[in-house]
Amino acid sequence: MAERSVTIASSKGLHARPASLFVQQVSSSGLAVDLTKGDKTMNAASILGVISLGIGFGDTVTISAEGENADSVLDGLATFLETDHDA
Amino acid sequence: MSTQLTLQGVGIGRGLAVGTILRMPDPLPEPADTASTESSDAEKVRVAGALAATAADIRLRGNRAGGAAKDVLDAQAFMAEDPTLKDDVDARIVAGKTAERAVFEAFAAFRDLLTSMGGYMGERATDLNDVSQRVVAHLQGVSAPGVPTPDYPFVLVARDLAPADTALLDLDKVLALITSDGGPTSHTAILAREKSIVAVVGAAGALDLADGETVIVDATTGAVTVHPTDDQKATVETTLAERAAAADVPIGPGALKDGTLVPLLANLGSVDGAAGAVEKGAEGVGLFRTEFLFLDADRAPSVEEQQDKYTHLLQAFPGKKVVVRALDAGADKPLSFLNDEREDNPALGLRGLRALRANEPILRDQLTALANADAATEADVWVMAPMVSTVEETRYFTSLAHELGLKTAGVMVEVPAAALLADRILADADFASIGTNDLTQYTLAADRLLGSVASFQDPWHPAVLRLVGEVGKAGATLGKPVGICGEAAADPLLAVVLVGLGATTLSMSPAALADVRAELVKYTLDEAKEFAEIALSANSAVEARLAVISAASTPTTITNESE
Repeated sequence: MAERSVTIASSKGLHARPASLFVQQVSSSGLAVDLTKGDKTMNAASILGVISLGIGFGDTVTISAEGENADSVLDGLATFLETDHDA
Repeated sequence: MSTQLTLQGVGIGRGLAVGTILRMPDPLPEPADTASTESSDAEKVRVAGALAATAADIRLRGNRAGGAAKDVLDAQAFMAEDPTLKDDVDARIVAGKTAERAVFEAFAAFRDLLTSMGGYMGERATDLNDVSQRVVAHLQGVSAPGVPTPDYPFVLVARDLAPADTALLDLDKVLALITSDGGPTSHTAILAREKSIVAVVGAAGALDLADGETVIVDATTGAVTVHPTDDQKATVETTLAERAAAADVPIGPGALKDGTLVPLLANLGSVDGAAGAVEKGAEGVGLFRTEFLFLDADRAPSVEEQQDKYTHLLQAFPGKKVVVRALDAGADKPLSFLNDEREDNPALGLRGLRALRANEPILRDQLTALANADAATEADVWVMAPMVSTVEETRYFTSLAHELGLKTAGVMVEVPAAALLADRILADADFASIGTNDLTQYTLAADRLLGSVASFQDPWHPAVLRLVGEVGKAGATLGKPVGICGEAAADPLLAVVLVGLGATTLSMSPAALADVRAELVKYTLDEAKEFAEIALSANSAVEARLAVISAASTPTTITNESE
């Protein structure tokens, strides 16, 4: 099980546009990725799950996955979360 | 003949149209909570098909719409494909619900969860409702609720329109909009103003109109005439022909009937719009918003990067005036590198010039880049500070701009304090530009982003006009230009009133230039001043507007003796 802990950079948090871009990236990886904030864990491919975590700017979250290319997928997702997508 | 029915609402702009009604379809009824007669596996297959088809349909609409609508619709497509939601639907089916009911309940559960979280999450609740309706419609084999798309022109009647609906309106087909809810600053009204759609909003009783009924929609009076007589229809056609002839004012300098020049300028938010604005006859730029340079960034762009963009813009306006507004962050457009503090009242917080002052290197870089671009091009560059409240702030900004090589430095008047002391502010500024949207918000103490107080956001309000008049008077006394930038200048008749109050230039979105140009040439400066007096003496925004409309349509009340 690989995992990364990252801090959200989008100034309005992870919802709407950044959330759908994130979900898109998770889905296209083909891996089952979990997204955890505090004590709640959601399927990272679920936009409603992601939105319902209420992830704001500066929050720290954990992403985890299992599988052959889990490390490279998580690196890509971590980079995404550490970029400000709020135009 | 049956007795004639007239509905009264608030007109947006002064458009006039006659056509037949098509209503936004009613939302689907809640699916009945009866036990399914099919196996749960069969129901799951139906749901999977409906969710996939709905997602595909929404994506297609998004691709067709493009722009901001595409982002909204792409997010909706992901909601239809959501694995967590699908699990929830399946669990409800296993418990014996029909596919329709399971979809309805699962979406409603998520909607309630998001609504309870409030803020940005709460706003997504509307999207969920829309997706839920579409999936249920697909399961029931009925057409999804949404803007009708017939192949003939029609008058659209709705309670109010959602952003996703308005994004997809076919403007060649929609003759007019009538809504039963929503005020003059609702999403629908803003869209109608932007796209010059004939619209009457907040017309009680509109939902009782039936498909196929003929109506006359007159935005000037806010009246919707149901089942007009042939005579009434003929009058509309004549009026429309006359207006088309009058609006055919050749593109040229904006001016009143007596020849008083009122330069018409464009509001631009990016370099791309420059060519289009010139084509529509913009005599320069009255408000160039620079936020786009900063919004995508987690830090301010370098002097060189900014200089490039400014040079590009200025090249489109050789010999013409271009008023550039320094970075206006805060309130509705926060920038993390300027102000990271969470504020309870961002509209009253560290925004505009206040935020720039707290980050002076960013302001210095921007002014330096502008001065360099000015030196490299033929345009006449003016620069102004957003959200200035005091004389001291005025001195700070104009002296810094002059020090960095910019010849003409002014301030935006958006705060009542600045309007009331305009004589002192203008003594230290080369010009003033009135931002009517914020000035209205601060004068009426009503958050302009808050729907529940939207009815206060009307620049026709005599209190707002009186403040505009203060700035106009100060400008005339001191010989300093006073411009208007904001929604108000795009309303043709209000534009005349603003000139009567002392505005020397008007700046607006380029789409509004032709209508305002056509309206200005109808009146002399004396008439504009008389309209201003009429508006100032009214008790409310609605009264002011109606009184001026009435004065403008009976020109005999104004004699020509003074000429």
